[in-house]
Amino acid sequence: MYIEIQNAGKRFLQNGKEFTAFENVSLSIDKGEFICLLGPSGCGKSTLLNAVAGFDPVTEGSVKIDGEEVVKPSLEYVTIFQNYGLLPWRTVLKNVELGLESKKFSKKLSKEQRRKIAEKYIDLVNLSEFKYSHPNRISGGMKQRVAIARALAVSPEIIFMDEPFGALDAITRMKLQEDILRISKEERKTIIFVTHDIEEAVFLADRIVIMTPNPGKIKSIINVPLTRYGRDRTSDDFIVLRDKVFEIFNMKHDNNIEYVI
Amino acid sequence: MKKILSIKNVVVSILGLLVIWQLVYSIGNFGDALFPSPSGAWKALVKIAKNGILLKSIGTSMYRFAVGYISGVVAAVLLGLLLGRCAGVFKYINPVIQLLRPISPTAWMPFIVLWFGIGDIPAIVIIIIAAFFPVLLSTVAAVGGIDPIYLKVSGNFGIKQPQLMWKIIFPAAFPQIANGIRLALGTSWIFLVAGEMIGCQSGLGYLIIDSRNNIDSATLLATIFVIGIIGLLLDTVLSVSEKRILKSWGGGE
Repeated sequence: MYIEIQNAGKRFLQNGKEFTAFENVSLSIDKGEFICLLGPSGCGKSTLLNAVAGFDPVTEGSVKIDGEEVVKPSLEYVTIFQNYGLLPWRTVLKNVELGLESKKFSKKLSKEQRRKIAEKYIDLVNLSEFKYSHPNRISGGMKQRVAIARALAVSPEIIFMDEPFGALDAITRMKLQEDILRISKEERKTIIFVTHDIEEAVFLADRIVIMTPNPGKIKSIINVPLTRYGRDRTSDDFIVLRDKVFEIFNMKHDNNIEYVI
Repeated sequence: MKKILSIKNVVVSILGLLVIWQLVYSIGNFGDALFPSPSGAWKALVKIAKNGILLKSIGTSMYRFAVGYISGVVAAVLLGLLLGRCAGVFKYINPVIQLLRPISPTAWMPFIVLWFGIGDIPAIVIIIIAAFFPVLLSTVAAVGGIDPIYLKVSGNFGIKQPQLMWKIIFPAAFPQIANGIRLALGTSWIFLVAGEMIGCQSGLGYLIIDSRNNIDSATLLATIFVIGIIGLLLDTVLSVSEKRILKSWGGGE
């Protein structure tokens, strides 16, 4: 297994009281899988993502990527945040070049090479027209595309996404969902995607990891047996699967027929 | 449209001042030595402009100001960036800063003259002190207030010190640092005159003392207005360049 999470838990002190964000989380993820962590707010899904991404490691159990314990963030696993994390004083192009300026790349790449790589990924997310714009001149959807291009530019093994489309309107969100599916196919990345949107999870994931709060834990894991690309949100298979997730959250009311005339 | 209005505002405001001034002069009849007329001040201004004293004094003062202000700002920004990153150290330094900050730089003047003598250096040191504290404190606050996501992202993308400092922290903190730099400009200009009145034999501040000694109140008043106009110009230049930089960095409108 590529990512191995074993009996992981995260506790911290909050106002002098111990608080458990999640506990007893065990999960194995294969290379190239698209995993959605799905659950209501407070179920610890973002905390779990932050722990696996190395920003805030677990306090119990272990998280290993490629056999190595995760203790800090790395260029091999890049995180994309809901509020984009773009640097407002840099143009789109310079934002995408950020990771290429790190020690790992700066010795190997000339200025022109850096620029070429950045332009390639800006092209991939269809933003070539805006490469000299500053982030405050482009829309939220475009900002998130820049963040995606910036992540891809350093060719990471894994991309973590923390409710990346949560701040976008419904139509932009659907468009970006399609883009990220296309990109995950073209670039063959392992993607771990946190969301509270059931339809989004069914549309994107190979497996949906459903989490529940108090304390956060995995309730169940659902395989999504739909074709990975070109999923149809209105097809019967899609709706059946979506209903199954609704049931797990007890959000679907059964038609309890008590008597038949 | 907005610009035309603001020019109109300025002209009316200055004319109003001149009218009131002339009225007070004519009605009050205090005598030219106590209260010079607008035309008297103007004549004095023309006189010192023609005989070169004005330009020489401005040059001397601007040199002292530039050296003092720039070195004060640079030192404060550098130290502020470091202290802003070491919150633990700053906790121990902050009480001393808070103790020193409310002391008027001119209070140090006796020591400064004792240590450095009379000349350019006392005025420069006063300006350094005047510029230093506002810039230092706004830089520390700006660095402490950086959106943590910038640090998270740069950590993820492998940006480490010293790159982190000048690629991420400085630009992220810049808008607030620029505020402090502009604030310090006004204070420094005020204390330049104070410094030159005590520790120097040249410059605009000395021109005031010299006019007082000669009971030449018209020249004195003319110098005061020159000081005001230069202060205003400096502030305008700085605020325009601040806006330019912010704009090229994608901020502001």
